[in-house]
Amino acid sequence: MMNPNINEKDKRRIRDIVQDFARKHSLWVLAYGTGCGAIEIPPTMTSRYDAERFGIRGSATPRQADVLLITGYLATKTLKRVIRTYEQMQAPKYVIGFGSCTINGGMYWDSYNTINALDRYLPVDVYINGCMPRPESVIQGFIKLQSLIAEGKADGADKYQENLEWYRENQKKIIHNWKMPDYNW
Amino acid sequence: MDINWIKILGLIVTVVMAFFTGALYGGLARVVTARIQNRFGPPALQNLFDIIKLYSKKTSINHGWMQHLGPVWAITASTTTLLFIPILRDSTFFTNLSFDGDLIFLMYIMVFGSLGMALGAGQTGNPNSAIGVSRGLSQLVGYKVPFILSLVALMIQFQTTNLNDLLAVQDSFIHWNIFQSPFAFLAGILAFLGMMGYKPFDIVFAPAEIASGPPSEFGSKYLGMMLTSRSIFTFAKLVLFVNIFFGGADNIFILLIKTFLLYMIPLLIGIVNPRFRTEQAVRFFWGFPTAFGIIAVILAAW
Repeated sequence: MMNPNINEKDKRRIRDIVQDFARKHSLWVLAYGTGCGAIEIPPTMTSRYDAERFGIRGSATPRQADVLLITGYLATKTLKRVIRTYEQMQAPKYVIGFGSCTINGGMYWDSYNTINALDRYLPVDVYINGCMPRPESVIQGFIKLQSLIAEGKADGADKYQENLEWYRENQKKIIHNWKMPDYNW
Repeated sequence: MDINWIKILGLIVTVVMAFFTGALYGGLARVVTARIQNRFGPPALQNLFDIIKLYSKKTSINHGWMQHLGPVWAITASTTTLLFIPILRDSTFFTNLSFDGDLIFLMYIMVFGSLGMALGAGQTGNPNSAIGVSRGLSQLVGYKVPFILSLVALMIQFQTTNLNDLLAVQDSFIHWNIFQSPFAFLAGILAFLGMMGYKPFDIVFAPAEIASGPPSEFGSKYLGMMLTSRSIFTFAKLVLFVNIFFGGADNIFILLIKTFLLYMIPLLIGIVNPRFRTEQAVRFFWGFPTAFGIIAVILAAW
């Protein structure tokens, strides 16, 4: 018997569960250090905290990556590169906002060349707060992302497609010389 | 013409087994690496999760038809290589397609996977891919010389180009080719280090240097196909070397033990070594391994 309370869109088939299981246990992180928080990534990945236990490993290029880590403050110049990088990644893709700077600007809240709220420009799945977050909380953030993926709720890439115009409008307010294609395959 | 259904079933089982064993060995290699680095390491099935995930990703990249064909070519070449190697000794089920000249055929067909990768990667236009391809082909020219010298030495010594004949002469432990022709073994195993692509010979993929080289523009399903091909090819190479030098295997269990121990050789050498530059790698292969190969040929022809 089918449960009438679950509508067609939210219904998850066995195929989805297998796919989400594999996606959850294999997160390839794009090694793109935007701010000072990048210094916390080496201890997270190496012997002391060993993120590879959870299937988290670095990937070399955006094409192969699943997770884009925005580590700390994001300068207006870097935002353009981050958008190009994010759009080159293949769906399903996730964004983790790392540190206070991505949430509300942090200690750079009144700076002339950093952005304050990351989720106005990119669809963020998980925020990790702290200045900086220690490797424990970074791993906690990844586990939160894993549980969201297992529930099928980490759909940032779909949101970005649906609300592309809104995101573009916000991005173009920051990037004045927008000399890029409409979508950066 | 009657169709040999047992043989066809054997081929299918061989390919599936090769894929799962290769993926499992890749995962175990990551666990061993982690333990040596005093880490806990990923689960042993991690490579399988990675491959399933890559197949379940979407893709929207188009650089031209060779880019779509490259991974297919690689997977075809590695499967073909595998199918021409007898998996077990004296087995009707696992003899597969091996025939009288299979050693010579294998010398050619083993290059095809790299060639497919090179063509596919070349079309993407990524500079890292181009550097990786040129490095890969240079290294291929390097390790093929000792590898072919060691095979030629064995061919001269036993007057055969058939892997089944080579298996037949290694009927007991003391008759393994590692003892019958030690110089051919030395040349072969040193070439094997280059074939497996672990450090110090991982100059092709070098993720920190040229962003994973040839597959740098390949994501999702393409990369999944490349990893599948790599798993199958790894198993094919291991079985080939077990057949040539270690007396083959009578059953699957012994085969798995022998291939796993053989797999540990390049892995353990790789963990404690840094990466070579391209010319260092080629110079290495054209040095002692080639000299061992020439000695082996001279001794065999004597």
